[in-house]
Amino acid sequence: MIAATLRLPRGAFTLDVALDLPARGTSALFGPSGCGKTTLLRCLAGLERAPGGRVVVDGEVWQDDAAGVFVPVHRRAVGVVFQEASLFEHLDVRGNVEFGWKRLAPARRRVSIEQAVEWTGIGALMQRSPAGLSGGERQRVAIARALAVSPRLLLMDEPLAALDAARKAEILPAIERLAGLSDLTVVYVSHAIAEVARLADHVVLMEAGRAVAAGAVGELLSRLDLPLPPGEDAGVVLQGEVGALDAPWHMARLDVPGASFWTRDPALPVGHLIRLRVLARDVSLSLAEQPGSSIANQIPAVVEAIADDTHPSQVLVRVRTHGGQSVLLARVTRRSAQALALAPGLAVWAMVKSVALLD
Amino acid sequence: MNWSDDAQAVWLTLKLAFVVTVLLLALGTPLAWWLAHTRSRWKAPLSALVALPLVLPPTVLGFYLLMLMGPHGVVGRATQALGIGLLPFSFAGLVVASMLYSLPFVVQPIQTAFEAIGARPLEAAATLRAGPWERFAHVALPLARRGVVTAAVLGFAHTVGEFGVVLMIGGNIPGATRVISTQLYNHVEAIEYPEAHRLAAILLVFSFAVLLGVYRLRPQGALVASPADGAPRA
Repeated sequence: MIAATLRLPRGAFTLDVALDLPARGTSALFGPSGCGKTTLLRCLAGLERAPGGRVVVDGEVWQDDAAGVFVPVHRRAVGVVFQEASLFEHLDVRGNVEFGWKRLAPARRRVSIEQAVEWTGIGALMQRSPAGLSGGERQRVAIARALAVSPRLLLMDEPLAALDAARKAEILPAIERLAGLSDLTVVYVSHAIAEVARLADHVVLMEAGRAVAAGAVGELLSRLDLPLPPGEDAGVVLQGEVGALDAPWHMARLDVPGASFWTRDPALPVGHLIRLRVLARDVSLSLAEQPGSSIANQIPAVVEAIADDTHPSQVLVRVRTHGGQSVLLARVTRRSAQALALAPGLAVWAMVKSVALLD
Repeated sequence: MNWSDDAQAVWLTLKLAFVVTVLLLALGTPLAWWLAHTRSRWKAPLSALVALPLVLPPTVLGFYLLMLMGPHGVVGRATQALGIGLLPFSFAGLVVASMLYSLPFVVQPIQTAFEAIGARPLEAAATLRAGPWERFAHVALPLARRGVVTAAVLGFAHTVGEFGVVLMIGGNIPGATRVISTQLYNHVEAIEYPEAHRLAAILLVFSFAVLLGVYRLRPQGALVASPADGAPRA
């Protein structure tokens, strides 16, 4: 459990948050550029001090100004990955990865150099100089270096922002793997909804220095009352597992609570945990099941709420599947919404054209 | 005067420059670190004070030091009370004076190098369990090494070449304070031009070689207060 109360005036805004993050998994601080995400991260690390603030990680008090406690950065069980890798140019990759590790008392080394190197796939780079590495390689070294200090809390400040799509794809699996580590909480700062959808279990939505909403990723991204990135990116994240395979057709059934989706076989075994993203633009609504449709995923649901979309011709509709465990967002035209008389409580079929498997 | 006098002057000059450089690196590096990181209102006055020898005639500096370190000066009384005796016209006095005179040539390149590193590598080091001293010794100093080398070379060369301060504070005592530049002056006074030529040539070649080395080390930029000083290559 991570609890923080921080207030720090900045030029354009005042950071003013009271955070409660779950002890396990990945929490995303999500919001537009300049909303205070990075400042918040720096306060958690101890790189900046919000006067009167309080930071408690797993019962360990890192800052409590009321009691005069401020643990300096180098005594906190924290790892930080900055937006630019910020490697030490005077050391080779091994020197960088071992820099923090060798400063830990041996009894506190829960992560070995070999593990950190393997998780990030930088084994072949160990003798290289940082100057000769690509952006993606540098960032993987930075992640390995931060992991090697066995942090309780790993803070990542838009580690992918400076990279192109191919480099991102190279690093994302490494970051995903972190979520599986015990005794590690990842706090991931991002303004990219796709990264948040893929990596986060818990999301804190930030705006102008304040945390305007927080919750599980599936819950938060389906809310219609939040200033979440509307438009093309609106959609929900669902978590479940591979339920069945239809080998002759190269299809797999992905089960999430209250719904199943047939999709092309992702080459994962039955029972494998998966995360799905369903975009609102890929979901349409119908009053009845459509047996004559090519859309295989037709899911009975109940309309829960309707909200304006970015364009006046469209609305976003939130529907809850039977059993009530999962929600979907559907984008339909305002005209259709009226023709179908969509209203909260109405039983509908969600026609899901495609789903994206995130991991 | 003969060659052995000249050799003695050369030896004394090298000894002086070496001692001064070592002491200046030891004292100038922390000072440069402080100047590079402080937000104190004393930064500007102290920077100006450090840079003063760049513009002040050496005789002015020498004169004030002579007054301060003399029998009636504050420093002079202190050194006498401590049993050290008086510093003027001694090798120790020459060391003190030369350190002040060469201070900016050592402090400024190191300060510029520290400033060029920026805050990020030090922050990264802090998140990797490095305390303040380790951040300085294992991150800042290695990253600023080119600035430190430049500072050492310039400090050494500048001390070798000084004249005015030496004359004011040290006089011209063989084996104690007579350095190359004052010996050269003696030769010229005595109209011993071949000997003067020899010493002048030694200084000229030495100075050129030093500057060549510095520029090789750091191909572009001015010698003092260049932003490129000691900056790590990206």
